[in-house]
Amino acid sequence: MENIILKIINLNAYYGNQKVLKNVDLEIYENRVTTILGPSGCGKTTLIRCINRLHELSPGARIEGQILLKGEDLYQIEPMIVRQKIGMVFQKPNPFPTMTIYDNVIAGYILSGIKLSKEEKDKIVEESLIKSGLWDEVKENLFKKGTFLSGGQQQRLCIARALAMKPEILLLDEPTSALDPVATSVIEELIIELKKSVTTVLVTHNIGQAGRVSDYTAFFYLGELVEFGKTTEMFTVPKSKKTEEYLIGKIG
Amino acid sequence: MRKDKVFKIILLLSGFLIVALLSGIFLSLVFSSIPSIKEFGINFLFSKDWDPVNNKFGALPFLIGTLLTSVISLLISIPFSLSISIFLSEILKNKLISNIFQTFVELIAGIPSVIVGLWGLFILAPFMRTLQLKLGIQPIGVGIFTASIILSIMIIPYSASIGKEVISMVPTEVKEGAISLGATEFETLKSVTLPFSFNGIFAGFLLSFGRAFGETMAVTMVIGNSNKIPDSIFSPGQTMASLIANEFTEATTKLYTSSLIEIGLILFIVSMLINILGRLIIRRFKF
Repeated sequence: MENIILKIINLNAYYGNQKVLKNVDLEIYENRVTTILGPSGCGKTTLIRCINRLHELSPGARIEGQILLKGEDLYQIEPMIVRQKIGMVFQKPNPFPTMTIYDNVIAGYILSGIKLSKEEKDKIVEESLIKSGLWDEVKENLFKKGTFLSGGQQQRLCIARALAMKPEILLLDEPTSALDPVATSVIEELIIELKKSVTTVLVTHNIGQAGRVSDYTAFFYLGELVEFGKTTEMFTVPKSKKTEEYLIGKIG
Repeated sequence: MRKDKVFKIILLLSGFLIVALLSGIFLSLVFSSIPSIKEFGINFLFSKDWDPVNNKFGALPFLIGTLLTSVISLLISIPFSLSISIFLSEILKNKLISNIFQTFVELIAGIPSVIVGLWGLFILAPFMRTLQLKLGIQPIGVGIFTASIILSIMIIPYSASIGKEVISMVPTEVKEGAISLGATEFETLKSVTLPFSFNGIFAGFLLSFGRAFGETMAVTMVIGNSNKIPDSIFSPGQTMASLIANEFTEATTKLYTSSLIEIGLILFIVSMLINILGRLIIRRFKF
């Protein structure tokens, strides 16, 4: 039996007059990896940007519908609080170039002016870096700039930065699209490992990646949710013709 | 093919001409300063006597006057140009309106300095006089502080415009990284955007400073033209540039002319250094 942590009800998202998400209903289960799969321009990224309320920052952007986090309407809460509860990792690694690795991990606290004692900081930094699998590689260089790391390491630093806020949900927006195959497989293993502590929503157009790491998959096409189900089931017997066409590479 | 070659040669020559011109000006300044350098040596920089009648020349009052006016004007301009850069790059979301605003800001730099000087002399100086009366200071109106205010208005466009450009160049993904961690727009600006663009903003202020350092006409009109070391920021003074503008027609002896030119040489070298440094920082930033 799965626990629903996030419930999206009849969501429509717009950029100006352009409707990019149409009547999306979706449930995200706790401590599972859910993949949002689909070709470019299908609204995958817009969907997760609605979940942490980044979507509304674009000029002319608006939404209709509801998103409930454990029954609480996200659009009735302060956006800053929402974003602390729902972390995000972006396509391109974006550690803060002016901060050290150490400060990057606790950047969420620094930015919001949350005071922590030295011990608390050390603890959060170590725990988050261990969780993101980066600790052994950077523990000697915590006070160097994060931009000296390799692309894959930078991306894991960004994951650590998101985890440091102890989020309920982690949104990953094509986190490996800028990385080489080795760094990609490290991140994929990490995503599976993280299931114990956090719910993950992974956006990708990489079918193989969806198959390797996710428990559930939601397939989107042109702004609509075409099919949702267990990844293993969808990948073996897709219910929709569109999904099948995408999986075998006929559309994309 | 032949035309191409001629064209290239013309371009090459014009390039060399600029280099030759700059070096030529520098060399002629050096050569004409030799009499004064021989006579006073390094003491020229530390002597406060400027006495054409007895053929004694020292640049200290003007060095101090120049430093005071440019530093004070820079300090006055910083909060304004920083606010303008942030407003134009981060707050005004509409690119078109922001660019129109930026053009207006840059147009301030296009006002002939004699007009700014006139405004200073007829509007600002009387106002300063009233203010000084209220404060119980000798009401002269013109002086170091009045000149600094005028200068600050003249240099704001440089730092504001460069500041806007470099703040606009901060990648969206870096700013969104901060927003996605729950930072407000102000926290993002303070802890991510401004530190990221710090070098460029700093270079903008440096170029502004260089501009204030060498500005002549407007300063000459409102600084009060006193060759003594100013004893307060309200007292009249003289900058290197205003001294040259005021006295080159009166310089009758060889040593007098040479001393004025040596001051010009100092002004030239310092302005060059400030400009080169500012440009190096900006180039490293991105452009």
